[in-house]
Amino acid sequence: MEIETEDLGNAFLVRVSGEVDMSNSPIVRETLIGLIGEKVPAIVVDLGEVSYMDSSGIATLVEGLQETMAYGGKFRIAALTPKVMQVFELARLTDVFDIFADVGEAKEGL
Amino acid sequence: MSRFQIEIPSDPACLRIIRSSVESICSMAGMDENDSCKVVLAVDEACSNIIRHSYEGATDKPIICEGRLESGTLFFTLRDFGKKVDPSEIQPRELSEVRPGGLGVHFIREVMDSVVFEDHGEEGTCLLLEKRISSGAQA
Repeated sequence: MEIETEDLGNAFLVRVSGEVDMSNSPIVRETLIGLIGEKVPAIVVDLGEVSYMDSSGIATLVEGLQETMAYGGKFRIAALTPKVMQVFELARLTDVFDIFADVGEAKEGL
Repeated sequence: MSRFQIEIPSDPACLRIIRSSVESICSMAGMDENDSCKVVLAVDEACSNIIRHSYEGATDKPIICEGRLESGTLFFTLRDFGKKVDPSEIQPRELSEVRPGGLGVHFIREVMDSVVFEDHGEEGTCLLLEKRISSGAQA
């Protein structure tokens, strides 16, 4: 799993790639919590290169969403592959998150 | 009949070994990619729960995973030697409550056709999972 962040000016892009499971989801959490601690106005998580995500990855994103909303920030996820989307569907979370087809769309209106 | 049996240490970094084996036997069973991904997820979540609950995070304990395809059904057996699990405490949570965590058991029960905890009176827990292959796939 690899993760990188990019300052977009009005938002931070968090680009995740590879397999997200309980061995590395704490790294994703650490990155998100760091941004949330700075109360960045918006976080866009690009999942386009994520080939697998387990419940610990989903839990990390739920926490990110809730913590960001708690201070009035925006939390968006983008470019979910069918495999990852399927996990969100199993978790009944597709209506809970702001999900965008790609990063470009997710950046609109921020 | 196709089968595999592997033993991994209870190290989260080793879960990908089990995922790979499960994916292979699902493919041999002729399962489509969507169903295969779900089965991989369910077995992976069961292993994660062993690490979290049975072994309480220890990374050097054994997890034995067996998978076999027989008569149009995939059978998985997960054996650990950690703290005994009370099956009544392993229940999926209410999904209408949006919060981090607690989804693994829901995934396992949602995906698998049968989830049974066996207690042979020995140490640890044996979890039996079954998934019937939909029609059109190899029996």
